[in-house]
Amino acid sequence: MHSKTVTLAAAAVLATFCALPAWAQMKVGVVTSSTGPTALVGIPQKNSIPLLPKKIGDIDVQYIALDDASDPTASVTAFKKLISEENVDAIIGPSGSPNAMGVLQFVAEAGVPMLAPVGTAAVVLPMNDQKKWVFKTTQNDDIIARALVDHMAKTGIKTVGFIGLNDPYGENWYKVFSGLAKDKGIKIIANERYMRTDSSVTGQSLKILAARPDAVLIAAPGGASVLPEATLYDQGYKGKFYQTHGAALPDFLKLGGKKVEGTILAASLMLVLPEIPDSNPSKKVASDYIAAYQKLHGSRPATFGANVYDAGLLLEKAVPIAEKAGKPGTKEFRTALRDALEQTKELVGTQGVYNMSPDDHSGFDDRGRELITVKDGKWKLVK
Amino acid sequence: MNAQIALILGQDGITNGAVYALLALSILLVFTVTRVLFIPQGEFVAFGALTMAALQAGTPTRLVWVLAGFAVAEFVADAIALRRRTGKLRVRVRMWLKLVYPFALAALLYTLPLASLPMLVRALLALAILVPIGPQIYRLFFQPIASASTLVLLIVSIAVHLALVGLGLLVFGAEGARTEAFSDVTFPIGPVNISSQAICVVVVSLLLIVVLYGFFERSMYGKALRAAAFNRLGARLMGISPIFAGKATFFLAAVIGTVSGILIAPITTIYFDSGFLISLKGFVGSIIGGLVSYPVAAAGALLVGLIEAFSAFWASAYKDIIVFTLIIPVLVWRSLKSHHVEEEDEE
Repeated sequence: MHSKTVTLAAAAVLATFCALPAWAQMKVGVVTSSTGPTALVGIPQKNSIPLLPKKIGDIDVQYIALDDASDPTASVTAFKKLISEENVDAIIGPSGSPNAMGVLQFVAEAGVPMLAPVGTAAVVLPMNDQKKWVFKTTQNDDIIARALVDHMAKTGIKTVGFIGLNDPYGENWYKVFSGLAKDKGIKIIANERYMRTDSSVTGQSLKILAARPDAVLIAAPGGASVLPEATLYDQGYKGKFYQTHGAALPDFLKLGGKKVEGTILAASLMLVLPEIPDSNPSKKVASDYIAAYQKLHGSRPATFGANVYDAGLLLEKAVPIAEKAGKPGTKEFRTALRDALEQTKELVGTQGVYNMSPDDHSGFDDRGRELITVKDGKWKLVK
Repeated sequence: MNAQIALILGQDGITNGAVYALLALSILLVFTVTRVLFIPQGEFVAFGALTMAALQAGTPTRLVWVLAGFAVAEFVADAIALRRRTGKLRVRVRMWLKLVYPFALAALLYTLPLASLPMLVRALLALAILVPIGPQIYRLFFQPIASASTLVLLIVSIAVHLALVGLGLLVFGAEGARTEAFSDVTFPIGPVNISSQAICVVVVSLLLIVVLYGFFERSMYGKALRAAAFNRLGARLMGISPIFAGKATFFLAAVIGTVSGILIAPITTIYFDSGFLISLKGFVGSIIGGLVSYPVAAAGALLVGLIEAFSAFWASAYKDIIVFTLIIPVLVWRSLKSHHVEEEDEE
């Protein structure tokens, strides 16, 4: 009798295991740079993974998280591993712009949709056969830049000094900004570059100072954006400072102190959430995300984490549509998923509203940014 | 480019150059005594700055637990070594002291009102946390392979560097930090305002160099280290312990690195991984000195700082390329000037 119970139990266990594949399951890879130089961006992204939807419709979603240590080569290895060994249906990541550029060809070859929370628009523009597999969950540089240029034109700024990081982020900003500025008749009279690890930007800021621009635009992500502004301030520059959405971090206020007072930047509404009217659809999504993140980790998330969270929202909408074309894990499903992502319309994310199209895989419009300034050491909406 | 700009750039270059010079001397010192190219030198700079920032914010830094971890590992390693040598399991008083030290320090950090302490006390606390890590690193990673080839030592050195950067991320987080200036006073010299911070950097660097010079020229320990650097076997025959020499140089390297970190923390934003590039520039300086000459290394490091400042003005996008390309003509000139010496096989 004893052996009978054992057999029964074994059978029951076996049955459970055999039953498993009957439930539809989908695998999503997440590659972040939670160590290395880009860790500032990657850590909030990694921390946001537990907040991604675990079940979409009746499909269980399994997330496989890998760290690429901010190294583009490691990103490629991680992507290949996810595609060939885990047979994932979609990949969220990587964190860095150079990393994302490196993996483009591999996701396109394998036909796996990639949701990239990276800064540079170069991953989706200009659109081609490879980039059509990529969807970018951040605002394109030109949406942010247009807001800044409009503000400059409105406040009568005629000349601008530009200083940016010596990497794709700084270069793309220069390209986008110089184009828009020219249309508005704003002249760029100084153009300088620096490195994130530089211990001094005295030389560059002197050159800007000597050119006497009405305003200075600094294009750098994270805490690196403070150094040029603080240096120029110390050297007695009295003009207006503009920053990109890369500066939109608590760190910027902490490191800059009183030296960054009055800086203008265009960034996500997450920074000034209490000031945003309730009519803005993103307010609720963003508040929910921040509350959930805070509950889990005890600190407020940086906007970078929200970009990963948005990727989850996009999937949540697209997966049920794609499911009609095939089972998760098949090529049909993945292709349908890509098509469904491209059809996303009026999806409210944490930072704005997505309207994807075959030409625009970022999908943000002017609702994706707010003009923000620094007042008394806090972010304030520009009224 | 006018005189005023040249002056400001010169001041900036000398300030940075002074820090590079300190690091160049330290790298040179460690290399001549132990043949280790001390890549983790930069981590002491970054950690020094970040520890200062943490203390300033009133948080007892978690780095003290890294120190404690190393101390426990060192205790175990020492006990095993002692047992192997004497056949008995006995623990010496000195080992106990070394084990207790980090925990006492941690207790101190968690009780003191850190944010309201004067700057000097905070700097001393930062030194108290960081400096013992120097000899610990030597004891744990380099002492067991002290007689290995330079290449093996270099590989271990890189490994230690990578491990420390990882620990740095864990301890300090990915955010950068910047500390308050020692004082806000500026001195107008001609058309240029010299900040007291810049003066402080140069003065402290000079002072440290003078003290080191005195130490090596006048004191017994300094002479012992010089002897070990000059001829390891000969020094050993004269009763100078290579273990002592190694630990002492790593101690000095840690002091120099931490002081540099504390000095530059108010000038620039430091991240957990900023140290490498800073020490690399010091390394260029010591290469200019051929990894033998202290004065040339210091002058070379100063030159690196100046070239960096001026190239940032003229061609900011190529600044680092210009600085590091500097090594090539120096190496060519060096190899033409000096005769080739095969690396001697040790022991």
